[in-house]
Amino acid sequence: MSIATQDTDVNTGKIARTFIYLVLLVFALFYLLPFFVMVVNSLKPLDEITGGNMMALPDKWTIQPWLSAWSSAQIGVEPTGLKPYFVNSILMVVPAVAISTFLGALNGYVLTKWRFKGDTILFGLLLFSCFIPFQIVLIPMATILGKIGLAGSIPGLVLVHVVYGVGFTTLYYRNYYAAFPTELVRAAMMDGAGFFRIFWRIMLPVSGPITVVSVIWQFTNVWNDFLFGASFGGQSQPMTVALNNLVQSSTGVKEYNVHFAGAILAALPTLLVYIVAGRYFVRGLMAGSVKG
Amino acid sequence: MARHASDADFRTKLQEWIPKLVLSPSIALMLVFVYGFILFTIYLSFTSSRMLPKYDLIGFDNYARLWGLSAWWTAVTNLAIFASLYIFICTAIGLTLAILLDQKIRGEGMLRPIYLYPMALSFIVTGTAWKWFLDPGIGLENTMHLWGWDSFSFGWIKDRNMAIYTIVIAAVWQTSGFVMAMFLAGLRGIDNEILKAAQIDGASNWSLYRRIVIPMLRPAFLSAFVILAHLAVKSYDLVIALTGGGPGRATELPATFMYSYTFTRNQMGTGAASAVIMLMTIAAIMMPYLYAELKEKK
Amino acid sequence: MNFRHLTTSAALIALMAGTAHSDDVEVLHWWTSGGEAAALNVLKDNLAGQDIGWVDMPVAGGGGESAMTTLRARVTAGNAPTAVQMLGFDIIDWANEDVLGNLNSVATSEGWDDVVPEALQFFSKHDGNWIAAPVNVHSTNWVWINKAALDKTGLSQPTSWDELVAVLDAMKANGITPLAHGGQAWQDATIFDAVVLSLGDDFYKSSMIDLNTDALGGATMVEAFERMGTLRGYVDDNFSGRDWNLASAMVINGEAGMQMMGDWAKGEFLRADQTPGEDFVCIRFPGTQGAVTFNSDQFVMFDVENGQDAQLAMASAVMDPVFQSAFNVVKGSVPARTDVPNTAFDACGQKGMADLADAGGKGRLFGSMAHGHSVPASVKNAIYDVVTAHFNGEYDAKTAAEELVNAVESAQ
Repeated sequence: MSIATQDTDVNTGKIARTFIYLVLLVFALFYLLPFFVMVVNSLKPLDEITGGNMMALPDKWTIQPWLSAWSSAQIGVEPTGLKPYFVNSILMVVPAVAISTFLGALNGYVLTKWRFKGDTILFGLLLFSCFIPFQIVLIPMATILGKIGLAGSIPGLVLVHVVYGVGFTTLYYRNYYAAFPTELVRAAMMDGAGFFRIFWRIMLPVSGPITVVSVIWQFTNVWNDFLFGASFGGQSQPMTVALNNLVQSSTGVKEYNVHFAGAILAALPTLLVYIVAGRYFVRGLMAGSVKG
Repeated sequence: MARHASDADFRTKLQEWIPKLVLSPSIALMLVFVYGFILFTIYLSFTSSRMLPKYDLIGFDNYARLWGLSAWWTAVTNLAIFASLYIFICTAIGLTLAILLDQKIRGEGMLRPIYLYPMALSFIVTGTAWKWFLDPGIGLENTMHLWGWDSFSFGWIKDRNMAIYTIVIAAVWQTSGFVMAMFLAGLRGIDNEILKAAQIDGASNWSLYRRIVIPMLRPAFLSAFVILAHLAVKSYDLVIALTGGGPGRATELPATFMYSYTFTRNQMGTGAASAVIMLMTIAAIMMPYLYAELKEKK
Repeated sequence: MNFRHLTTSAALIALMAGTAHSDDVEVLHWWTSGGEAAALNVLKDNLAGQDIGWVDMPVAGGGGESAMTTLRARVTAGNAPTAVQMLGFDIIDWANEDVLGNLNSVATSEGWDDVVPEALQFFSKHDGNWIAAPVNVHSTNWVWINKAALDKTGLSQPTSWDELVAVLDAMKANGITPLAHGGQAWQDATIFDAVVLSLGDDFYKSSMIDLNTDALGGATMVEAFERMGTLRGYVDDNFSGRDWNLASAMVINGEAGMQMMGDWAKGEFLRADQTPGEDFVCIRFPGTQGAVTFNSDQFVMFDVENGQDAQLAMASAVMDPVFQSAFNVVKGSVPARTDVPNTAFDACGQKGMADLADAGGKGRLFGSMAHGHSVPASVKNAIYDVVTAHFNGEYDAKTAAEELVNAVESAQ
């Protein structure tokens, strides 16, 4: 592995190494435990949960809760399960992530390679926008979405997520491109390459690692959002709103096993992204955001 | 000739304008959707809005009312406890794990995603799982009892003096892996030659890290601090999912306070006032960072 | 289907004759559990029979809090849903914002004024105009007792505070948790409602409805808080944050003796195959017999640009006695209109209907504070704060009464 050679390794004895492994394993357990509880209990019949040990493996294994959460659990008046909402989430998350990442890349490119007077102030303003608490934008946002006719639609949700994601993506790309030798860009300009040509031909091809970071970040945030989805989703409610409807139903029997199965189902896409792209994540962070 | 020159002129002009044009949509969106909304909120905080926005000015009444509410003081105190513990523990765990993982560990590829995955989960998932896990009746305490450890007791989530710490636990669980990744990236970015030289000079492992490595991680510390601080101030979802602000109102945070006053208590003006205080807090944390960040680049 | 309904339908068909194609209704609600959804389907099918589509918009959580946030965003954006499930003072607050529709045409032709109790009309009408169609009436001052646990004490069903304490003590001596309770603000407040009411109708009215300062901070209120403190002594240690249905389960399986909760708790008992009178008994909170604190789910109709006809048809369908009966049998509540036959209801349901009619006639029907039917949301939450803080041991009874006055004042 190429990464391994970069390890800041120090001389350690056998005892120390055992200790290190032990600590790492204990923490792995700490991180895995809640997930273990969810998985185990999603595979039990309901009576085993209410009467028994949370940590115990099921006496009687069943995948019924999973099937139910996916396709037949009651979400509102229709017993549709989470399936249709899954599609809504995908329709929302893909354009939102693509647009905000693309905008972030362009912004980062401008802010590092095409500097102009006052650009740092603009960047400062963009950066500060990452930190606005979402609850306060709800009412004014609703007014504006209503005025431009995007309220209660997927395009409206995409707009909202792009607006509040572009600050982060710009931050990532700016820090990444800052480390990219400006001389190369200059040379290309001498050769007569224009703004977009340089972006497509020189910047984008080297942007792999930071794109991974940006996509992971945006995908997680957009996918997991509940507040905007519930407020502006209208008929196209995303997965999180459906999951909330599933686990928060006001009266009646709480089917915890179905809730857990639904919760894991709702988390699968983000988990997948982390596991598949996770190995590039540290590399991307290394190249970008933490270098300041 | 002259025509040709003006054409070239135009092209240079265009080249000069393109970057600004490219940047402008983002800037426009931000000015409206962030700064416009902030101004709107500041304005609301001076009005008597309750259910929906109203536009009559009433001066500083909302702020006076806000600071007279014991729940707001609880929320502010809780935030101080929560934020300091959360930031400190996350940083400590993140740094420790990163340093340990950086020792040519076999199975790093397995461990890293395990540390990272909680960040991928939404609050509903995290909240449901932890609520269960921490509940003495069905969770950890019950399990320990079933396994025969009868004196084991862990009822923090039900104890109004301790409940805020359970929120720290769940929040640390969710983000410390992410902090680990940031530090790991920082460690991997350090030039090994420097370390080798120090080792040859006979520096011990401990002093190697203390004197050379950790100071070099300064940017990573800064990024981690900013990310954690803003997550702490914005923490809303986790509290709602885990304790709902209870027992009583023992785990109220400014974000939950603002939401409940704006949306469930129909006192939008007071809610807006608390939002303005929150924004000022965030600005106070962010300004030094932004200043440092931007000055460095000149 | 009775005669009244036939005429209504005929009237409606006549009403809608002008429209070639009827519109959909979009309904925002938080009835997402299996039984509730099944009950709503009765309504949906009724509308489908009239060629009106149902666009579902469920937002669960926090007893409608999330739904109300969504609603605010929708109204601000200018696309309010056709109908919204709503409770108590939320309706009045929205009516004051001038965004609601008008149901007078259908209400007059169907004579709603005669069949809906006046205490409900207080919420369903604004400035004399019908704005909402009430679905049900929940009464909140019930106590659900495990019959076996009660029998084991050798005592009869308690009818006064002292008898209640005696039963609770006996249950404690028998080694079970006497009172199953979930420590969430609204649950604490539900008990508080009943305790206040048990100290007299007048006291409830002056403190919880009129917000009279003397009543809020007086000696009787101190006594109310002392009673809350006494009840706290019968709750297990693990009560905080527990969902109410888990508390019901404790009573069902005999782990606990009783639960003080609204009539929706009955559904939990029925689903566990328990029979009223045999496995469990339902009584009014001791000292509140004959009086009822209620909350009522209503479908509030918003002022929509298109689809008024569908909206009126839906309002009419909500008030259809067949729906009112079918829905409330499932939900555990009783019909909002008083002329619905009680044949489909079980013993507790029939008792509930009789109590409601009786209390309504004698002026002993009061809006529940805990469920937003006596004071606006801001005041309600301020009272919650004090009640919960006291129940969790933050204040003693005397301080709590003082704090109550302050809290109510600063919320108004």
